[in-house]
Amino acid sequence: MIHVNTKINGDETEFLCDPRETMLDVLRDKLALTGAKEGCGTGDCGACSITVDGRLVCACLMLGAEADGREIGTVEGIATGEKLHVLQQKFLEHAALQCGICTPGILVATKALLEKHPDPTETQVRYWLAGNLCRCTGYDKIIRAVMDAAKDMREAA
Amino acid sequence: MALDGSKSEFKLVGTRPLRPDGIDKVTGRAKFGADAYAAGMLHGAIVRSPHAHAKIVKIDTTKAEAMKGVKAVVTRADFIDGLKGEMWNVLENVMAGDKALYDGHAVAAVCATSTLAARDAAKAIEVTYEILPHVTDVDKAMAKDAPVIREGAAAPGTPEGMHPNVVGYHESGHGDVDKGFAEADLVIEETFRTEATHQGYIEPHACLATMGNDGKGEVWCCTQGHFHVAKVCAALLGTDASQIRVTASEIGGGFGGKTAVFIEPVALALAKKANRPVKVVMSRSEVFRATGPTSSTSMDVKIGMKKDGTITAASGVFRLQGGAFPGAPASFTAMCAFAPYALENVKQIGWDVMSNRPKQAAYRAPGSPMAAFAVESVIDDLCKGLDLDPIDVRLKNASRQGTKASYGVTFDRIGLVETLEEAKAHPHYSAPLAEGAGRGISCGFWFNHGGETAVSLALAEDGTVSLSVGTPDIGGSRASMGQMAAEELGIPYEKIRTTIADTATLGYNEISHGSRVTYASGLATIEAARDTIRKLCARAAAKWKIDPEAVVWEDGCAKPSGPNAGEFEPMTLAKIASSMGRTGGPIVGHYEATPEGAGVSFATHIVDAEVDRETGSTRVTRYTVIQDAGKAIHPSYVEGQFQGGAAQGIGWALNEEYIYGEDGRLQNAGFLDYRIPVASDLPMIDTVIVEVPNPGHPYGVRGVGETSICPPLAAIANAVSNAVGIRMTELPISPPRILAALDGAK
Amino acid sequence: MVEVALWSSLRSFAGGNEKVEVEGETVGEILDALVKAHPGLEPHIESGVSVAIDGRIIFNSLSEPVGPDSEVVLLQQLKGG
Repeated sequence: MIHVNTKINGDETEFLCDPRETMLDVLRDKLALTGAKEGCGTGDCGACSITVDGRLVCACLMLGAEADGREIGTVEGIATGEKLHVLQQKFLEHAALQCGICTPGILVATKALLEKHPDPTETQVRYWLAGNLCRCTGYDKIIRAVMDAAKDMREAA
Repeated sequence: MALDGSKSEFKLVGTRPLRPDGIDKVTGRAKFGADAYAAGMLHGAIVRSPHAHAKIVKIDTTKAEAMKGVKAVVTRADFIDGLKGEMWNVLENVMAGDKALYDGHAVAAVCATSTLAARDAAKAIEVTYEILPHVTDVDKAMAKDAPVIREGAAAPGTPEGMHPNVVGYHESGHGDVDKGFAEADLVIEETFRTEATHQGYIEPHACLATMGNDGKGEVWCCTQGHFHVAKVCAALLGTDASQIRVTASEIGGGFGGKTAVFIEPVALALAKKANRPVKVVMSRSEVFRATGPTSSTSMDVKIGMKKDGTITAASGVFRLQGGAFPGAPASFTAMCAFAPYALENVKQIGWDVMSNRPKQAAYRAPGSPMAAFAVESVIDDLCKGLDLDPIDVRLKNASRQGTKASYGVTFDRIGLVETLEEAKAHPHYSAPLAEGAGRGISCGFWFNHGGETAVSLALAEDGTVSLSVGTPDIGGSRASMGQMAAEELGIPYEKIRTTIADTATLGYNEISHGSRVTYASGLATIEAARDTIRKLCARAAAKWKIDPEAVVWEDGCAKPSGPNAGEFEPMTLAKIASSMGRTGGPIVGHYEATPEGAGVSFATHIVDAEVDRETGSTRVTRYTVIQDAGKAIHPSYVEGQFQGGAAQGIGWALNEEYIYGEDGRLQNAGFLDYRIPVASDLPMIDTVIVEVPNPGHPYGVRGVGETSICPPLAAIANAVSNAVGIRMTELPISPPRILAALDGAK
Repeated sequence: MVEVALWSSLRSFAGGNEKVEVEGETVGEILDALVKAHPGLEPHIESGVSVAIDGRIIFNSLSEPVGPDSEVVLLQQLKGG
């Protein structure tokens, strides 16, 4: 077992993990952070998207041990207390989710995008999200929610 | 308060309130199938056959059982013996008996203290196979010398003398097709093929089960029908359905694929043997190899047309490969094929064929999209051959109220003509096309379904409402149920909390399938609210000492029906609820029925596609869905169903396919190689909601989930065929097929 | 008497007729009467049928009423995704 010290959504966290365990296994099974989902386990679906030192990563492709000394961000850290992030609010208003299984990953991914590029085109949003599969919506309402959130965030900045 | 679709004035229905489960789903709080944990929980892993067809000679579990952390191993011997009919098929699929019938077929399972320990133990289970010849193609599976999957599986009515793999036959129609073809100015006959596709829900199957040796079990799982799970688990484990309590988790997509049961009985059997809770979660590759793809098909369609566009006759033969068990929806394919058209002479035949592939499962309007692909392609070629407008021809032949449908019934009020007229008037249809692009249109049809339904609606003393429904919420149905209850009761939408009740709390509810939830659970919700209102009115009448018949419910209040009833201050729902404990006890409305008025539905899609002649890749550049929803309760989620169906259809038409090797193994059991549409593949998908009320629902609702996937395969095939000038007859129209077609035309 | 239309592959079990007449006021009574008049239909009806009455497909409700002038069509059992 490996002893890991890390920071998750701003909280100092430590855990023990098997060298074979992925970051996704650790988040879900050891730390009860089940917001990140396993849709494929091979980095193809993006449902387990997290940020590691601000960089977008599939948690299923990272070992738990690699979290040592890093700052991890998950969907559970997007809202501030009971106040939703603009993106979360826009996803609700635009009905940008049906089943909701891909939603945590898509929110983490789009937040990472808008922090880097506050004014993306529709095409840029579509390519950025090409690694986050959604089977329910056809992406239409997701893209509209992201564009609308980006606009609000620019106006608030 | 009529039950006939006549209500047309609404306060809440037709608006777009936020969904009640929304905050849970954007914050990561919502609990899906794999998100449940229990004290002392073990992890299960399933051993699967690597062979397409093999006799199971021996399963040696001794090494696995001796491993650290392993608590139990189960094989077929741990399930009940002596099942018959469909339950035997389910058991045989859940855990193989004498033979493994497809690559991925479960043969044993193990549970251990961690997922890693369980996976290691699964690898240590030694299975000795005797490999048998296999077949995975529908036409080859019907041929004389094909390997036999199983003798004696044919349904009654299957013609004698067919290969044992042919297990079902459907024939229907009316008129004289030969006479009809003779009257035609142009007859076109063509053969089409479609490959199997997977529903592709992002959440793999997952469950958490406990079971004691007293036969009492608890299951938490992602399913479209938890009452069905309870029934199947009880049958496979030899206990009573009421002793298995199933709670439906949030469900990460289903599209028909989660109507079938795979891992829940296995988890229960492991839990019983280990006497601890067991969680089983499928990997993505297990989902592809062992759960419900749709049928692959081979189809012959022949249609005759007069110069003025009148279809004189149509016939079709539809061969469906349904995996290693009977049940491919060949009869649906046949019955849906020509349903959009009013035909004097029509004949359709369907064949259900077994092969060494996973048992097909329902996928969104099972069987219909493939039929539309074949039929609508031939209609388009006829339009081209006779120089006619494809929408005009479809309008000329369209089924209407009073048409005798191709499958025998006479249509009631339907909305096909309205969708075609909307399509013709839509700016998309007349927009100029880019050089080298093609435009395609198609109609589509699905029956829709009602089914067994029970709903309960309980008041709290503060005047709020707890609504319990038994159909898992896959795409926002708690919002539409809340709207319908609030509409009837005359209280704010926010005062209602809708819960998906477990199997011990509510009467039997059929699976969330057949586009039935907004129709059937919606109808039952409205009726449960009306039952509640009758009880509220009775309380007011008792207080006022007047006849309950003299009390009406308006704007959330009990009121005297008129001056003759007496003069009383209206009583709000909250007011009556606040004293209900002292005026007769709790107020609960309920409704249980099998509503049979699900209205059929039609759609017309328009699509523009551009084909890259160098690479053979196709890009959909514009897409418009026009569909009859009867009445849209929450238009955003209706649009969402339209868009989702179109997107899945785009994947089916252009990319998605099950690829089997010579060895009968699935070659692309992952999202990298089985490529569903990603955000950068698709344009925005425009929607037009047509509302032709269904006479069988109080508000006129028709199901919307399935019809949206019926037209896209054909619409895209027509667009691509128009773009390249070659009729594409095989799906998916992947780059290699386009390049081969372009090469062949040179 | 109610006239019941059969899908083509059923007709050989009912003397080759496209339509057969039976007594009955509900879906259940009609199915029972069909089996009584044409025992060859029993395995088909047992393995599951839907009945369309005046264009409405009745999936499972045996108590659904049928009028003497109703259009009654036997269909293979329907389920959805």
